[in-house]
Amino acid sequence: MSTDDENQPASVEEQTPDPKEPPPSGHESGRFGGVLREIVLGNALVSVLSVVLAVVVGSLMILLTDENVRDTVSYIGSRPGDFFSAVWTAISDAYSALFRGAIYNTNVEGFEGRIKPLTETLKFSAPLILAGLGVGLAFRAGLFNIGGRGQMLLAGAAAGWVGIGMDLPLVLHLPLAVLAGALAGALWAGIAGFLKAQSGAHEVIVTIMLNYVGYYLVFYALSKQGLLQAPGSLNPKSKPMPESVILPKLLGDRFNLHLGFVIALVAVGVVWWLLNKSAMGFRFRAVGENPDAARASGINVGRTYITVMLIAGGLVGLAGANQILGTATSGITVDLDAGIGFDAITVALLGRSRPLGILAAGLLFGGLKAGSFSMAAAEGIPVEIVLVIQSLIVLFIAAPPLVRAIFRLPKEATA
Amino acid sequence: MSTTAKVPVPVDESEPAAVPLRTALKAPIMLGVVTLLVALLIAFKARSGKTTFRLAADTDFFDLPEITVPSTATVATVVVLLAAFTAASALLVSRGRRTPVWLVALFAVLAMVGFLAWAAAGKSVPVIGLLGGSIALAVPLVFGALGGVLGERAGVVNIAIDGQLLFGAFAAAIFGTVIGSPWGGLVAAMLAGGLVALVLGFFAITYFVNQIIVGVVLNVLVIGLTSFLFGQVLAEHPDQLNAPDHFGRIPIPLLGQIPVIGPVLFRQTILVYLMYAAVVVVAWALYRTKWGLRVRAVGEHPKAADTVGIKVNRTRYTTLLIAGLIAGAGGATYTLVSVPQFGQEMTDGAGYIALAAVIFGRWDPVRATLAALLFGFATNLSGVLSVLGSPVPSQFMLMLPYVVTIIAVAGLVGASRPPAADGEPYRKG
Repeated sequence: MSTDDENQPASVEEQTPDPKEPPPSGHESGRFGGVLREIVLGNALVSVLSVVLAVVVGSLMILLTDENVRDTVSYIGSRPGDFFSAVWTAISDAYSALFRGAIYNTNVEGFEGRIKPLTETLKFSAPLILAGLGVGLAFRAGLFNIGGRGQMLLAGAAAGWVGIGMDLPLVLHLPLAVLAGALAGALWAGIAGFLKAQSGAHEVIVTIMLNYVGYYLVFYALSKQGLLQAPGSLNPKSKPMPESVILPKLLGDRFNLHLGFVIALVAVGVVWWLLNKSAMGFRFRAVGENPDAARASGINVGRTYITVMLIAGGLVGLAGANQILGTATSGITVDLDAGIGFDAITVALLGRSRPLGILAAGLLFGGLKAGSFSMAAAEGIPVEIVLVIQSLIVLFIAAPPLVRAIFRLPKEATA
Repeated sequence: MSTTAKVPVPVDESEPAAVPLRTALKAPIMLGVVTLLVALLIAFKARSGKTTFRLAADTDFFDLPEITVPSTATVATVVVLLAAFTAASALLVSRGRRTPVWLVALFAVLAMVGFLAWAAAGKSVPVIGLLGGSIALAVPLVFGALGGVLGERAGVVNIAIDGQLLFGAFAAAIFGTVIGSPWGGLVAAMLAGGLVALVLGFFAITYFVNQIIVGVVLNVLVIGLTSFLFGQVLAEHPDQLNAPDHFGRIPIPLLGQIPVIGPVLFRQTILVYLMYAAVVVVAWALYRTKWGLRVRAVGEHPKAADTVGIKVNRTRYTTLLIAGLIAGAGGATYTLVSVPQFGQEMTDGAGYIALAAVIFGRWDPVRATLAALLFGFATNLSGVLSVLGSPVPSQFMLMLPYVVTIIAVAGLVGASRPPAADGEPYRKG
């Protein structure tokens, strides 16, 4: 099955002119500057091929662990047909289940039921897009925001706290809760930006550590009566969200898709405008390209670090608010981030830190997530296969020369 | 990175003789803050009753008596002593000298005694269980931190420690079961850790991919792989694949019978003894051998190392491989000691604590080990205190290692400087 893939992309490559990549050697000043530039400016072909490679590896994993394939391989010499049909069945079953879970379900009656998986994909992609924007924006300014988990938890707790602690009409209550989430995420990420600006503390370490500090803070609040814990309960969980803060459903009660997806689309537009059209975005990019040059040309690098982390944390915070106010409204828990904080890193990398790229990557990973549940239900394939495919995609994307070597593409002239 | 004048920094760890006042002042200030915190305990929330410290284990040469002290009076005494230590430190600094390490260590022990006397008022503190359990909990952290130190001294940031621990635990469970011996599991765990390290090296050294990205993504990949295989294969055949024999405790004769020290340090599993050996060997190899000098040279100034004929990338690969083998051994702790069974995501981010220990230990194997032990102690203390019904919520104890690390990287405890070429791929030419 891979023979087709090997030849086809090569012809695509000939037609696609390579975007000019800056020579990789001119980045001595910024520690990660060159790599970030590669992430941002690498071409789309490598992204596509990386996805193909990762899916191939994922398929191999499904095959290696499939009972029928393992049974038939023992007598492959006498009856190879059995083996190949087992392989075909395993793969086609898996991917048709993925398709039925993510896009269009042919197994149910009625258009609404059939189209529901697509709306699930959109629902799952909303927080991925929002958090991906937060990570990607920081990337553009040369910062690694690995603190998505902590930012989402704090944001979810803050939004949920406004949700259960106040009694207001929807038009006031919902925006207030969303805002509280964004604010909490912004402040939590802002700590890392502030420390980076003040003392040069590496934001990677600080954001990783803040993940855990945030986790235990929220855990504490959830297991303390009078703070966030549901009254009379012993579990670390809050009360469910009241109606007045729940993000309205977009397509009626039959579908789970809620307003969060619209928020994500608006955020894509805003971040695109911010990065490409505003003076602030220009400063972000200048600092990301070369902090020394930016400083020399009069940009306050420290303040830029703080600003970009505040905005990035706010975006991740919106993802946290999206979870508690839209997707998992039954109460705040310490798992409300659902791994999205880390998934966001892969989304931002796959989207090459550009808003539209992040939108596409978020939709892809949202689809994989939605599909993985039906793969697990129908074929018994653990949902973690998605983690494997996701991380492989990013590994391959980050190493374009490797992908080129695997597909025997010509080397880039500038490399 | 540092903002001070561009003085070439010596590769060895010897401290410069003249200490800038600003750095030296941090010690008495920190001691003063801790003294104040302990004083606040009795000022605002004095607890009546007596605290008992249980020191005896039934395997000792002779029995130590239980020590019972009145809670509030003990804390008050401790506060006075702590204040005296702080004054001594301030006096030394005012005369242009450093606060000695033993003084800080003694201070820390005293402060902990005071805290326990307060927190466990009316109860008894199982000192042996508290300390021994800390060591057991710290084993994977120490192995992971040693792996992290080695990698970073060679210039490769190893965020994938968690992946190495988890993959090691996974391999140890499977191969320990299939081979039927925990030793087989241990070897498999080391090889699994080494494999993750080689993948890290492949992308970070050969393909110049950003090391932080590779590290984070490898952790996710290992979580995905092990959870997938766990769900697909291990959960279906638990007896054939996920029931390894485990290492028992091996009491060392004589040493194991010394009161307190014996049961804490010398009645442990073979993995703990291997850990002692690993710390000594890594510290010795890094500072006292030609190989160690090369590793440090490659991490500090790869170009200079290359100029004198050291193969930079080959050195980085071998160092990273050794680091992976060590971290993998730490992973074996999860599946070959108390609960011999693999579970999904069972390391629970321990690799990130190990990373914290590397930084808090300032990229030095011995100090990183001490930091890892401290983090193990904090974790175990939170468990012991929650059993005792302490007034301090366990979450705050568990938070401690991470807060301490943030303070350390923000430079509030003392300048922490990573190896100069840490995180930078080396391109020849």
